Amino acid sequence: MIASFLIQTLNGLASASLLFLVALGLTLIFGVTRVVNFAHGSFFMLGAYLAVSFHGFVGGGVLGFWGGALFAALAVGVVGAVAELTILRRIYRAPELLQLITTFGIVLLLKDVVLYTWGPEDILGPRAPGLTGAVWIFGKPFPQYDLLLLVLGPLIGLSVWLLLTRTDWGTRVRAATEDRDMAAALGINQALMFTGVFALGALLAGLAGALALPREPANHNMDLTIIADVFVVTVVGGLGSLPGAYVAAVIISVVKAWCIGIGDVRLFGMAFSFSKLTLVAEFIVMAIVLIIRPWGLFGTPQSPQRVSAASILPMPVPDVKRLWPLALVALALLMLPLLADRFTVVLATDIIIFALFAASLGLIMGLGGMASFGHAAYFGAGAYAAAVAFKAGAPFFVAVPAGVAFAGALAMLFGWFCVRLSGVSLAMLTLAFAQITWAIAFQWDSVTGGSNGLVGIWPPDLLSGKTAYYFATLLLAGAAILIIWRSAHAPLGYLMRAARDSRIRAEAVGVDVRIIQWRAIILAGAAAGLAGALYVFSKGSLSPDSLSIPRSVDALAMVLIGGVQTLVGPVVGAAVFMLLQDWIVRATPYWHAVLGITLILITIIFPQGIVGTLRQWRQRREGGP
Amino acid sequence: MRLGRLTMALATMAALAGPAMAQSPIKVGEINSYKVIPAFLEPYRKGWELAAEEINKSGGINGRPLEVISRDDNGAPGDAVRAAEELVSREGVALLTGGFLSHVGLAIADFAKQRKMPFIASEPLTDKLVWENGNAYTFRLRASTYMQVSMLVEEAVKLNKKRWALVYPNYEYGQSAIASFKLLMADRQPGVEFVVEQAPPLNRIDAGSVAQAVADAKPDAIFNVTFGADLQKFVREGTTRGLFKDMTVLSVLGGEPEYLDPLRDEAPVGWIVTGYPWYAIDTPEHKAFLAAYQAKFNDYPRLGSVVGYAAMISVGEALRKAKSTDPEAIVAATKGLKHSTPFGPITYREIDHQSTMGAYVGRIGLKDGKGVMVDWRYEPGERHLPSDDVVKKLRPQ
Amino acid sequence: MTAPVLAVEEIGKSFKGFRAVERVSFSVDAGELLALIGPNGAGKTTTFNMINGQLAPDHGRVRLGGEDVTRSPPRALWRAGVARTFQITQTFASMSVAENLLVAILSRESATGLLADAGRANADEIQARLDEVGMGHAADTLCSVLAYGDLKRVELAIALVNDPRLLLMDEPTAGMAARERGALMRLVAERARQRNTAVLFTEHDMDVVFGHADRVVVMNRGRLIAEGTPAEVRANPLVREVYLGSTIGEANP
Repeated sequence: MIASFLIQTLNGLASASLLFLVALGLTLIFGVTRVVNFAHGSFFMLGAYLAVSFHGFVGGGVLGFWGGALFAALAVGVVGAVAELTILRRIYRAPELLQLITTFGIVLLLKDVVLYTWGPEDILGPRAPGLTGAVWIFGKPFPQYDLLLLVLGPLIGLSVWLLLTRTDWGTRVRAATEDRDMAAALGINQALMFTGVFALGALLAGLAGALALPREPANHNMDLTIIADVFVVTVVGGLGSLPGAYVAAVIISVVKAWCIGIGDVRLFGMAFSFSKLTLVAEFIVMAIVLIIRPWGLFGTPQSPQRVSAASILPMPVPDVKRLWPLALVALALLMLPLLADRFTVVLATDIIIFALFAASLGLIMGLGGMASFGHAAYFGAGAYAAAVAFKAGAPFFVAVPAGVAFAGALAMLFGWFCVRLSGVSLAMLTLAFAQITWAIAFQWDSVTGGSNGLVGIWPPDLLSGKTAYYFATLLLAGAAILIIWRSAHAPLGYLMRAARDSRIRAEAVGVDVRIIQWRAIILAGAAAGLAGALYVFSKGSLSPDSLSIPRSVDALAMVLIGGVQTLVGPVVGAAVFMLLQDWIVRATPYWHAVLGITLILITIIFPQGIVGTLRQWRQRREGGP
Repeated sequence: MRLGRLTMALATMAALAGPAMAQSPIKVGEINSYKVIPAFLEPYRKGWELAAEEINKSGGINGRPLEVISRDDNGAPGDAVRAAEELVSREGVALLTGGFLSHVGLAIADFAKQRKMPFIASEPLTDKLVWENGNAYTFRLRASTYMQVSMLVEEAVKLNKKRWALVYPNYEYGQSAIASFKLLMADRQPGVEFVVEQAPPLNRIDAGSVAQAVADAKPDAIFNVTFGADLQKFVREGTTRGLFKDMTVLSVLGGEPEYLDPLRDEAPVGWIVTGYPWYAIDTPEHKAFLAAYQAKFNDYPRLGSVVGYAAMISVGEALRKAKSTDPEAIVAATKGLKHSTPFGPITYREIDHQSTMGAYVGRIGLKDGKGVMVDWRYEPGERHLPSDDVVKKLRPQ
Repeated sequence: MTAPVLAVEEIGKSFKGFRAVERVSFSVDAGELLALIGPNGAGKTTTFNMINGQLAPDHGRVRLGGEDVTRSPPRALWRAGVARTFQITQTFASMSVAENLLVAILSRESATGLLADAGRANADEIQARLDEVGMGHAADTLCSVLAYGDLKRVELAIALVNDPRLLLMDEPTAGMAARERGALMRLVAERARQRNTAVLFTEHDMDVVFGHADRVVVMNRGRLIAEGTPAEVRANPLVREVYLGSTIGEANP
């Protein structure tokens, strides 16, 4: 028993080493450039594939394996540098988190590059020469290679730490991590340093990918399966903290290994599977850590964010005379079913639903300055509540409000914790909550239908026609969008923006910032819930993916593409994103790559989002401020 | 362009096929998660391309060429339903086919029911597709989770092992495979014990920890449902840690080339698996298929190739028999439809719309540094379906 | 006699064993301008922040009109009639000058509605209050493009929206041109006397202190060392010693 427990701990420590190497790169990159690099998992995957190819080319032996690891690390480092020089460099000045969408574009692009280059099948990589067997520890066999990994992770971490503390370059990097503006003022060549740090971070991820090969085949899921864990490790450890990343990686990995070791247990007469808990163990850990220490285990409380005027766009009360294009759009939407075919009406219904979803995120992100990586929680909660109510016999007109109410209630619960945090911590806490919600939907077979979800959720006869449902969606979602827009220049909107622009000033004029933010989150949650409820009745079915990370990323992409600091931006972003995706998926089998490149280009050309950047162009042309 | 521009290619083919096929093509809508499960679905695509080509070369469907319009659903049911809507209302397809993931398959099936549109599901294995959630418009080609488990249970009972460890991916496929296994085993071998259950998340197995936990429970045998990268990780860790030494392991899908071939010389010898020994099947149907496939793609077929091929043959035969593109006529024609496949003749049962396509059961062996199936036999699907009374109770009437 | 507007009673604060402020007491009366001065590290800012609610004192009391408001958060103090300005101006950068005042008014009215029109009803008041600080012409200008001196005036206007009993100003003239400093302080003094507002400010510029304060309290090393009229304080040998060698009116803490 004790031996099993100790071996599971060692298992956890071995896994932690790989996780740590990837997280180390991510945390370095974030510390210096403030880029939340979504593509870091892709670098990991690329490292694995490159090492496999090197091994195939050179053959086995020490050179094949360790040479391959070195080659993969260096090659991925170069890829990272190239990505920084050609893409990321252009968007450092854009609003925070836009890089998330740019790097998401890189994720999609690399996915197809890997698929095209290495084919669809998993490739089992080489094992480390001389380390293919097991050693006996506590009377149980333990892989020799895992033992090496266990040591290698901290060793590489130590050398990076020495690089940072004992070299000039490292000192400059640390200075930049602590205070970017100060470092710039001291004349540190930022451009060169950013490239260097990006390359180093990518190199570490590539190395980890190569070192993972004896434990897992090179496969197409490596990128997205590791990236979530790495985000968690980085945040739990404290953004920018090297020892924090290691401790967090150990905690996450060991907790998972213990869960597996404990297996099934009977608690209070109920069977509970700790093995199934590994589905969300890391997110539960993250939620707990963030609630207790918002800045992570080894992080330091962030100084109040310096709001640079460049990243905040004004939002004047719109001039009624300039609203005629909106009237034209409304007219076009009303006429659409007369002019377009049935599928266009279906697509338009989806776009309107996602426009509401994006607008609801835009409300808290744009006006409230609270980014959410888990907004799908409310969308999915609304959809599930409506579907469960419907299955329990409630009619459509009861089920939809039930969805809205449930999503609002969930937002009330999650929001209570979230408003105590800010910045990336807040965003990651929303992600943790969303993943926990997802896991509940995934596991609670009797209510949610588990991973299969629920089917047979169609609107009543009155709305069963696609045109009728389109108008119902247009009416409900349209009204909700108008409310959200209206709220920007209502007291709630002003107070939210005040809290975002200067929290300290807002508090000093008596604004209870948390209460305002909480209200905004509840409103946004309920609106997203309406979108979810409308979505489930338009598709007839529902599964946990409506709560998943990709759904949240879609919403983020829509908001940022359209323009986070504008009112119509998220809606425009939703339309552009949906139309692009619909068109590209049908146009080419390599739609991942094409969509990825498109996202990258959009974020480079429109750093303030399409609406925000167009507005800036117009102002520049008119010579205004 | 490895994946090709199918629609165009097929339309061109149809145009070249001559005057016999001057009539407008019959359109078929195909939906699958190509980007999510490429290892299985790229061969799958090749399979149905081959079938569509053969159908058109032999004169099409009652004189009309077949045109397949394929869509990627990105692994999301909502996207799949939207794609289905597009195929039905904009492209005017006569029927739908495809599907890999269970939840996507169920969503399309429900759409088919709502829109009264025939749907021949090829790959989704969930039992619910034809039983609990079965509907008049949905048919399924492949041997379901229940059927595959039933085939292995037969082997398990012969082994007469008492203490079983269960390892399965934590989602519907794994869960229902385990539920069926427990039920069938308890029925046929009273006193059987399930000493440990490990349910790692799909694609995210911590193989070392799982192997350790299984070993600690000291089972007599292991029933494994993991596949793909999870399976490869589990095999490696379990082998290194001595878990599989002198251990009996049953593994669903473990003999499918998609999952066996990447293991190369590390294939776990002795495991009892369901799969597809393409190199050794010498029935005339299969030989013809193998020759045609290798000629066209210069590659050997995977199981996905057979499923894709057989699915499109089913589509063609259903349309041929229906002599119309009227949905009700196609549904009527598919009920009880019999046709030949590379695995032999199959029938779409009237009672639950499940085809009787079977699977191969055998042991894993090593040959020339590659994993192969040995001592295999074909298990016809009809042998592994519950009695009609049970099916009637499961399926809504 | 009625209680002073602000009474600070024996407040103190330590950071990790370092006594930043020790048993400091003073009070401010209605209509009075009290300057809190002292060299760098004297504990002015800590004292100031204990009064405005940003720091909780380890011991002692802060009373507002006799009522204990120790440890009240800033927003509660504001509702009790305390307004403040910041050393580095804090305004809402994405909004126009008028909207900045609007936020304070909405907060004062406890308006948090979702659909109500925020702007119209308050336009007259906003214009009047901007005129008062000489910023009436800039109502529609964005705060992010204002000159620093103008920003200070806007901040003052924001602070005055709730007609405070007590106005706290942290280095009100820091960063301003010399010519503008006098103008701003005259504006403050005039307002305070008109409306009987108590004003407590910290300041480095001794011209500002001696030119505008009614009374001065001096801190050094966490303790209050002198208190009195500007003339008394100027003549105090202890104060002279503390400031010896340092040019009066330089650098920030």
